Amino acid sequence: MTYIPISPKERDAMLETVGVKSLDDLFTAIPAKHRFPKLNLPAALSEMEAAARLSDLAASNENAREDLISFLGAGAYNHYVPSVVDHILRRGEFYTAYTPYQPEISQGTLQSIFEYQSLMTHLTGMDVSNASHYDGATAAAEAVNLALAQFRGKRKKLVLSPALHPQYREVIHTYTQGMSVEEVGGEANLEAGPDALTALIDDQTMMVMVQYPDFFGRVYDYKKLIDDAHAKGALVCVVANPTALVMFKSPAEMGADVIVGEAQPFGIPLWYGGPYLGFFTIKKQYVHKMAGRLVGETVDNRGQRSYVLTLTAREQHIKRERATSNICSNQGLLALATAVYMSTLGKTGLQQVANLCYQKAHYAAAELGKLKGFSVEYKQTFFHEFVLRCPKPASEVNEYLLANGILGGYDLAQDYPALKNHLLTAVTEMNSKEEIDALVEALKEM
Amino acid sequence: MSSIVEPTIFELSSPGRTGVTMPASDVPQTALPNPEMLRAELPMPELAEVDVVRHYMRLSQFNYSVDSGFYPLGSCTMKYNPKINEDTCRLPGFLYTHPLQPIETTQGNLALMYELQEWLKEIVGMAGMTLQPAAGAHGEFTGVLMMNAYHQKRGDTKRKKMLIPDAAHGTNPASSGMVGLEVVTIPSDARGNVDLEKLKAACDDTVVGMMLTNPNTLGMFDEHIEEVVKLVHDCGGLMYGDGANLNALLGIVRPGDLGFDVMHINLHKTFAVPHGGGGPGSGPVGVSERLLDFLPTPLVGIVEEGDEEEAPLYGFVTPKHSIGRMKAFHGHFGGGLVRAYTYIAMHGPDGLKDISQYAVLNANYLQAKMRGVYHIPFDRICMHEFVMEGRFEGSDIRALDIAKRLMDYKFHPPTNYFPLIVHESLMIEPTETENKNTLDRFADALIKIAEEAKTQPQLLHDAPHDTPFGRMDEVKAARDLILCCWLPDNYEQLV
Repeated sequence: MTYIPISPKERDAMLETVGVKSLDDLFTAIPAKHRFPKLNLPAALSEMEAAARLSDLAASNENAREDLISFLGAGAYNHYVPSVVDHILRRGEFYTAYTPYQPEISQGTLQSIFEYQSLMTHLTGMDVSNASHYDGATAAAEAVNLALAQFRGKRKKLVLSPALHPQYREVIHTYTQGMSVEEVGGEANLEAGPDALTALIDDQTMMVMVQYPDFFGRVYDYKKLIDDAHAKGALVCVVANPTALVMFKSPAEMGADVIVGEAQPFGIPLWYGGPYLGFFTIKKQYVHKMAGRLVGETVDNRGQRSYVLTLTAREQHIKRERATSNICSNQGLLALATAVYMSTLGKTGLQQVANLCYQKAHYAAAELGKLKGFSVEYKQTFFHEFVLRCPKPASEVNEYLLANGILGGYDLAQDYPALKNHLLTAVTEMNSKEEIDALVEALKEM
Repeated sequence: MSSIVEPTIFELSSPGRTGVTMPASDVPQTALPNPEMLRAELPMPELAEVDVVRHYMRLSQFNYSVDSGFYPLGSCTMKYNPKINEDTCRLPGFLYTHPLQPIETTQGNLALMYELQEWLKEIVGMAGMTLQPAAGAHGEFTGVLMMNAYHQKRGDTKRKKMLIPDAAHGTNPASSGMVGLEVVTIPSDARGNVDLEKLKAACDDTVVGMMLTNPNTLGMFDEHIEEVVKLVHDCGGLMYGDGANLNALLGIVRPGDLGFDVMHINLHKTFAVPHGGGGPGSGPVGVSERLLDFLPTPLVGIVEEGDEEEAPLYGFVTPKHSIGRMKAFHGHFGGGLVRAYTYIAMHGPDGLKDISQYAVLNANYLQAKMRGVYHIPFDRICMHEFVMEGRFEGSDIRALDIAKRLMDYKFHPPTNYFPLIVHESLMIEPTETENKNTLDRFADALIKIAEEAKTQPQLLHDAPHDTPFGRMDEVKAARDLILCCWLPDNYEQLV
């Protein structure tokens, strides 16, 4: 009866109103032989016992903030989240509300989503942002769905950069397995960057997808690639890191049609991989093909500016099997987290975070590059993540570092067998000079 | 009434104002790259922390929520969200673990996930479970991909049809559409069950399976469920269970025991993960023996057996014919899995059964009180929700008017205009976390509104009256498509 506010007396009165004798009598429609199974589950814990059990589980991890020094990124980044973010998220009015289907009593959620859309629109420099997708990877897969809808299935070729996050590639593959999509690009030359992709684009190509900075941290100007794709009639989607967009020119300026990405770096804890927040922004001509919730401004019958869910005719509850996507949620509370994060840091704070990431990553790369046997792979500009070539397999380097309390980075051999000595190393504002020096020192002694 | 419109975060901005600032750099300066690579402008708001807090505090006060009152949205299971879950999911050991850390450093997370998989399997009677799907709809998509992959793997490639009852959520056909399947709609009979004759006629060797919500969206447990499952299985199809209404079944019946092959579970409905204003959800999917090899990758498994002294080593495993990865990393761990784990641990087998028994009692109690006041098209013992018609003979009052008028009585309206097979449908799901007093007050409000519908219909047409905002112009929103706001035009000159 943990959270059930009904006394035995009240229960009996209610049963009488219903016209049955016992609670069990409510379930006669259920086949008798399967009714009331005995569930083999542990007995209930009190709140005090549950709190202790969960504390034990949490404490048996070694976390990337209190227990370990972390240089691990690869799609999830250790950033500082100002205290105010969680204070707002813990307002019951926000977190215990449902999807704002009744706008008269949901303006808090609706206006905060509208502002989130505005913040992402301005960050990316695109025309429209939706209310968000599950994460960066599924947002990328939904971009492919948009391309399928745009060409009504007449174009089926998808050019994926080999430097797109490997898990994003996998998710796109899973999402499109019933759609006979032809994926190319996996074997393209890693050194050549975007130039290696141009030759793969033809008049059957529906979309070209690249990452910015790419999975190896490299920042390319995609203008020429995008022009080449457009010349063949294909759409271009760029998967972007939001922190990098604070400092670097947005792919919108290079002509991207869709910019999506993982907004976890903006106010969402690492949380062992989720829930995160997939942002999804487009040029306005694709708005009717875009999946996902959208909030628009309007007025109420008292003449007050207000907000509603709009263009709902695109969505599954109206279109059913003809909908582009079945999505019927957004990452509401996390879109709020990101909006509060961006608002509280504001223009100045965001620029400080981006600059700290850039400075510390470059200091780390410079110092690590001086070590005998180590070098920074690739000469391209990078932001806060780079590839460190080590004198032995990255898996062994990581094992050694972990024994010294350091998460060294992501072992690229897991996805790129040719890069077996290569460690993808991320540095954020959370890494002090002392921590970076500790990494350098540890590797020097390896 | 004076306007209470809240300025946007951009309108509240003032040039040069700062909120939270970052420490100075402690490393030697590196020159920035070529300016051509950098962005020229960053049109972001500039506010102090207090400005931000008051803005969002004011916005929060425009919201109705479970913490503020009764929220009887049918099929959404808006139950109370226990506060302890908010604390456990924010323990530093969970908050600050990176998804790509070596498994040896995240045994706490993996043990939690493994145990939750086992519990959910036991609760719904399935042989396997993935925690990866991010929401119910995402779970459906996962399930339909597995059903399709199962037939493909057996070389049974002519199966292209998914059978879906007319009462189903729109996500069922949309999920099938995403896998390129053809949807065949199966009507309901006069008692709200699947029409067996129509189902029989649709069952052939081109059927992938059937997606069934049971209890269905009318709140009815299908009285011929075993025949339905048998018909689908006999033609070689698989049974998909939409777990949207699982809150009626905990400790009551296990879908796996009824023969379902795959089902998703909405942790944000049944297991009290808060809805967060529309997400994030969490939609684990369970499967029967024959779909085990098709589960998404990775699953949490035991990679080294333990013994009496030593705990097993948990890690990730990939099923043999996996459909692949559904999202990056491992699912909605912090916000979804930790909260649901805490909730199930605190209930145990008897507590879970209480949940469903009282959810069903509350729905039947309200249904009994509505009898004779509103028309109930499928009037028998319901499960955790029921559907009534929001219309009266000789009146132009619609379900929408009743829904809006309920707001004046300080209640969130029920789901309306769904399911599509009931005219002017009002779908009411009270959940187990409401007391008799609240249900009585809600019933009284609906009885009063039924009177008002006769005596002062305009009062309903114009409702709500006592909310901060009135009815919205939705046509204008879709026509103007204002989807974004900006800093004021003369922003840089503002003082």
